Amino acid sequence: MQIYLPIAEVSVNAFLLLGLGGIVGVLSGMFGVGGGFLMTPLLFFIGIPPAVAVATEANQIVASSFSGVLAHFRRKTVDLKMGTVLLIGGLIGAALGVLVFNYLKALGQVDLLVKLCYVIFLGVIGGLMFIESLNAIRKTSKGVVPKRKKHNWIHGLPLKMRFRVSGLYISVIPPLIVGVAVGILAAIMGVGGGFIMVPAMIYLLGMPTKVVVGTSLFQIIFVTAFTTMLHATTNYTVDIVLAVLLLVGGVIGAQIGTRIGVKMKAEQLRILLAIMVLVVCGKLATDLLFQPAELYSIGAAGGH
Amino acid sequence: MLRLLIAFMFFAIPVTAEEVVLGKSRDEVDITATFNGADILLFGAIKREVGPLLDGQLGVIVTVAGPDEPVTVWRKDKKLGIWVNSAAVDIGIAPTFYAVATNAPLSEILDESEDVNTRITINRAIRSVGPAEGGSDIFIDSLIRIRSENRLYQTLEGAVNVTKDTLFQTEISLPANLTEGDYKTEIYLTRNGKIVDLYSTTIPVKKVGLERWLYNMAHEQAFLYGLMSLAIAIAAGWSASAVFSLFRQ
Repeated sequence: MQIYLPIAEVSVNAFLLLGLGGIVGVLSGMFGVGGGFLMTPLLFFIGIPPAVAVATEANQIVASSFSGVLAHFRRKTVDLKMGTVLLIGGLIGAALGVLVFNYLKALGQVDLLVKLCYVIFLGVIGGLMFIESLNAIRKTSKGVVPKRKKHNWIHGLPLKMRFRVSGLYISVIPPLIVGVAVGILAAIMGVGGGFIMVPAMIYLLGMPTKVVVGTSLFQIIFVTAFTTMLHATTNYTVDIVLAVLLLVGGVIGAQIGTRIGVKMKAEQLRILLAIMVLVVCGKLATDLLFQPAELYSIGAAGGH
Repeated sequence: MLRLLIAFMFFAIPVTAEEVVLGKSRDEVDITATFNGADILLFGAIKREVGPLLDGQLGVIVTVAGPDEPVTVWRKDKKLGIWVNSAAVDIGIAPTFYAVATNAPLSEILDESEDVNTRITINRAIRSVGPAEGGSDIFIDSLIRIRSENRLYQTLEGAVNVTKDTLFQTEISLPANLTEGDYKTEIYLTRNGKIVDLYSTTIPVKKVGLERWLYNMAHEQAFLYGLMSLAIAIAAGWSASAVFSLFRQ
């Protein structure tokens, strides 16, 4: 069934969008990532204009994250306190990121920057996570109990706060910095930032994996809601029909994904996320490294 | 003497009296929620004054042009090992849709000089800003190639059927990814490559119903529209969660 999208001004297959939304929703619920880094390139591929894809994707992530976070609330696997600290940092970062984005847009080459950001961050994060979780799986199969590093330089910082759900007693400075950094990247790359936030929470803050997913989803809701409003009021690029089609699949997928995620071991979950991140990275890297079939592209006027 | 006068009067009537009369299958194209492109049937007749039939090859050229928009065409080049957008040309006027249908190859029924004046062919309908810089032609060609692949630019030589040099008809199919606006439709009548008559009309293409309402709201009440999008997202997220927890119990 073909549906004409009023803002994107293209006609697309409704079932295709429902399916895409569903798949990305499952991943979102499983890993605590918004799924924007997967969905946005997929939407480009089916012919949605990039500006509309990025803006609408933010709106869809609000829905699937909200659906996912409710499931996590029931399991008490959301650290509200940590989420709020990250969120404060995230909103500051997002605002800074928009400024950086507009500055780069004036210089040109914003497309390239976004792609390079993707390749570098996906590659580094995916690679590190893959190696780490592979080691963890090896250790557990050998019967060695993994132990978390309890003390490092982070514990020497002032303004300590107790995060009961995460079982942490650390300074608020590291989570705030993580929040700001993720916020900046999220605004530049047009995604919720879950795929950066999740590893940062696990490896930098030392949060337990089971709390990380719910907490990440919690803060993604607010960051993407903010992004949606920004796009809707400044660029008029949020396509509500596209969003509805994607989020119907997305919210159902998120529920299923959360249930799958709970049944899996933390290392398995991490290694799967790492593989997924590396696959997307590989795809983007080949686009940059190999000669494209069409060298020319059409853009809106005055884009350089 | 009288006979001579009558004969003289007869010949004084202008001889190039050929005119286009047009009908079309629809006066406007409505974009609804299930819009998936549209076909427009254009048909008509060539009206003639009483007199001898004109000689020379008859040409019927139908053009349908969507709203003009300036665009920028980019070219990727390999720099430091990666393919990046490097060169760009601003194209001042490029129709978002352009179709030319004719009854014979354009080279046979349209003189180059007439094309220069009327900008009938796609190449002429697109103009880059300012004086043509060196190498901007290849960018225009690329624009035409990419848009032709998407059926936005169509050159349909031989797609106009002419019966007995009098009746003609053709069908133009509009793809689903249309830009709203007035689609300027023109029918040129040529004899030996010279234009003898022109008929102009417009076919409005516009969103209707829900599509119209959403589009207007997104632009006129952007804040409210954004809030509505978020409300729908939250409601959908909540209801999926509620339905699933019901299943579990």
